[in-house]
Amino acid sequence: MTESEQGPPILRMEGVSKRYGGVRALENANLAVSAGRIHAILGENGAGKSTLIKILAGVVAPDEGRIALDDREVAFGAPADASRAGIVCIFQELSLVPDLSVADNIAIVNPPTRFGMIDRRAQRRVAEAALARAGAEDVHPMALVKDLPLSRRQMVEIAKALARAPRILILDEATSALTAADVAKVFVVLKRLRDEGLALLYISHRMHEIAELADECTVFRNGSNVATYPAGTKSDAEVVELMIGRELSAVFPPKPRQRTASATPLLDVRRLSWTNRLRDVSFHVETGEVVGLGGLDGQGQRELLLALFGVLRGVTGEVRVAGRAVAPASPHAAKSTAIGMALIPEDRKTEGLMLPMSVGANLSFAALDRVSRAGVLDRDREGKLVRQMMDLLAIRAGSIDIPVGALSGGNQQKVVIAKWLMAEPRIILLNDPTRGIDVATKQEIYQLLRKLADAGAAILFYTTDYSELIGCCDRALVIYDGAIRRVLVGEEITERALVASALNIDSDTGVVAGGAS
Amino acid sequence: MSDWRYALAQNRATLISVAFFVAMFAIYASNHPAGFSANVVETAANKGVLLALVAMAQTFVVITAGIDLSVGSVFVLSNCLASAIVVGSAGHAALGVLGVIATGAACGAVNGLIVIVGRLQPIVTTIATGAIFYGLALLLRPTPGGDVYEPLADALTGRVFTVVPASLVALAAVALAVWIPYSRSALGRAAYAVGSSEAAAFMSGLPVASAKASAYVLSGLTASLAGLFLTFVTYSGEASAQTGGSYTLYSIAAVVLGGVSLYGGSGSAIGAIFGALMFRTIGDLLFVFNLDPLWQPLFQGVVLLVAVSLGAARLFRVRNRLELFS
Repeated sequence: MTESEQGPPILRMEGVSKRYGGVRALENANLAVSAGRIHAILGENGAGKSTLIKILAGVVAPDEGRIALDDREVAFGAPADASRAGIVCIFQELSLVPDLSVADNIAIVNPPTRFGMIDRRAQRRVAEAALARAGAEDVHPMALVKDLPLSRRQMVEIAKALARAPRILILDEATSALTAADVAKVFVVLKRLRDEGLALLYISHRMHEIAELADECTVFRNGSNVATYPAGTKSDAEVVELMIGRELSAVFPPKPRQRTASATPLLDVRRLSWTNRLRDVSFHVETGEVVGLGGLDGQGQRELLLALFGVLRGVTGEVRVAGRAVAPASPHAAKSTAIGMALIPEDRKTEGLMLPMSVGANLSFAALDRVSRAGVLDRDREGKLVRQMMDLLAIRAGSIDIPVGALSGGNQQKVVIAKWLMAEPRIILLNDPTRGIDVATKQEIYQLLRKLADAGAAILFYTTDYSELIGCCDRALVIYDGAIRRVLVGEEITERALVASALNIDSDTGVVAGGAS
Repeated sequence: MSDWRYALAQNRATLISVAFFVAMFAIYASNHPAGFSANVVETAANKGVLLALVAMAQTFVVITAGIDLSVGSVFVLSNCLASAIVVGSAGHAALGVLGVIATGAACGAVNGLIVIVGRLQPIVTTIATGAIFYGLALLLRPTPGGDVYEPLADALTGRVFTVVPASLVALAAVALAVWIPYSRSALGRAAYAVGSSEAAAFMSGLPVASAKASAYVLSGLTASLAGLFLTFVTYSGEASAQTGGSYTLYSIAAVVLGGVSLYGGSGSAIGAIFGALMFRTIGDLLFVFNLDPLWQPLFQGVVLLVAVSLGAARLFRVRNRLELFS
């Protein structure tokens, strides 16, 4: 199909903006989608792709701008509205109900009924037809969704979307859980849908998939569309060029010059694997070193940190701390003085803080053994250490007795970090610690990380913000599909190299890959 | 796997509770001094049906991952109300029955409204409303008393065709008229979906609020049917706090024994009915084996604990331990 056959767009977004607090997710974004086309959306983390989809699917409402369907302006209050208008979205987080059967799920929005009751035979036919259309005949319509492996669930999700007879189908990383054979089948289906006149929006970070599938591509950067071009007219290197260019949002402390490698690194990880989410991950972190984890969101970075911290069951491989093999079975074991690990979690509200409890109590939680004698809390000692931590991190709280939930987001994040520093860890794992906090606090955290490293800690730092990898880290491990795709050292850590390796592109980007350590 | 094996797997919990009940009841009846007689069955049925109806009421809400601690109070309130208005002529009594059912449904609607619009937790909401419903029952019947339209009471607590207890026929009729249509309707499907994963239900564009509301209303309605039936059995009304409290707790036990997941999203009222009958039979078994009735609570507790442990076995397979907390 050539681009000259392109009709007038059926969906048009004009000047759409969306902010979350002080963070702008979309800024004056424009997009036009035509029937009978597969339109790919590209962009790095935080470029605005997921916000764009959420707006189209009716999950969030835009602050500004207009969306027109067939030249009529529309506003979606809920996913049901978008679905009625013919926009169906296949989300990355699945929308299937685990305790219902495959057929129940496929027909969930509008099940066929007879005398007010669901007609199971008709539903079965609908489900079988949809599964066949999605190329998933091997899935039994009566199986419960929770009993299916992830790749089958993804196929059911696609079948469910097709059963709704969409006009515009949005696929958000819909192939990430699929096997290669499934991907091939899904592509056949998607091309057929295009030929039937559907408009498809295809969000993916897999460049070869986009090359095979898309008719058109739009690149997003910093919440805006920066380029739209017919697929195949730009090289991978040119695409990367379009995607980079994020302005540095903060000032970083200077990095130390070359270091000498020690014989026994503080943290040494060899061939770590867990289910299909982590594959033979090997790396080390030296004393005084800040190592970044990069790559697109959701490639196994979070699982890697959880595996090291003893949260996951069935982890294989070897972890050595200061030369000694360890296998922490729980966070409690991981934080013990023998291992001395701390994990600053991703979501401070659920995994970091007890929001209704006081600042002081929250700060002591990870170090209760340090502030108690024979199992009894020593209030004086606790108070002293708490104040010490509040000074160290400049936590601005009226009193140590006010609930931590009353603090600002930035100060809450500092409490989470301080809480772990009170346990005096030597290995500090951080899971995207600066997401959604203000620039001033971010800078304080960068300074602190460098200070901790200089004081002898080993720091492993996962961030979705490339500028932090560039500004903060001595080395950066780029993760793709559960494995380390590339190791960048010192000056090699550039946005171009990070984006290219995050997308698993082999094209010449001017940087030589560092050897896996 | 073929179709019937999937069907079997999905109704396993219900079938197990049916099998357990049949086995227990067979032991009970064959050891009963009077043997497997129509009288033995009728007495057991009248006791069992009360709890079975309350357990069915509880099931509606538990399916949506909620819990209704006011079912016992609605049960008692309906009993007191029925002893006052299901009296007099046949026509008057019929209107009274409708009045009781409407009141029960209204109680459920209040619960649903507070949970959905007020966004309060079901457990707190229903403790509070339960106390209010019980207070209304006390105002209505400060001392035990009242009356009931006897022809209807006798017909529903007697026997059909001289052998089948009429109460069981009534229970089956309620299940057929209320549970089956609901569980197979689009709204009932949405209630299951909400209980299994509220986020997925929302993202699929399901009517989350009306699904929950329907579950609470039907819970109140079914609890009021149980209250009506209590009036038919006792010919009077009594605002007994003990009855209300124990029926609420036993309804949860029955639901669990019947294979309804307290996490929501799976199980059926049919299972809960047999769970209730099973729970009642435990007490009867102790009686025929001449065990001191003092053992009954302890024995019921042990059975419940074993049933819950079987349901929790899946947690050992979780590989990301953070999932245990979500």
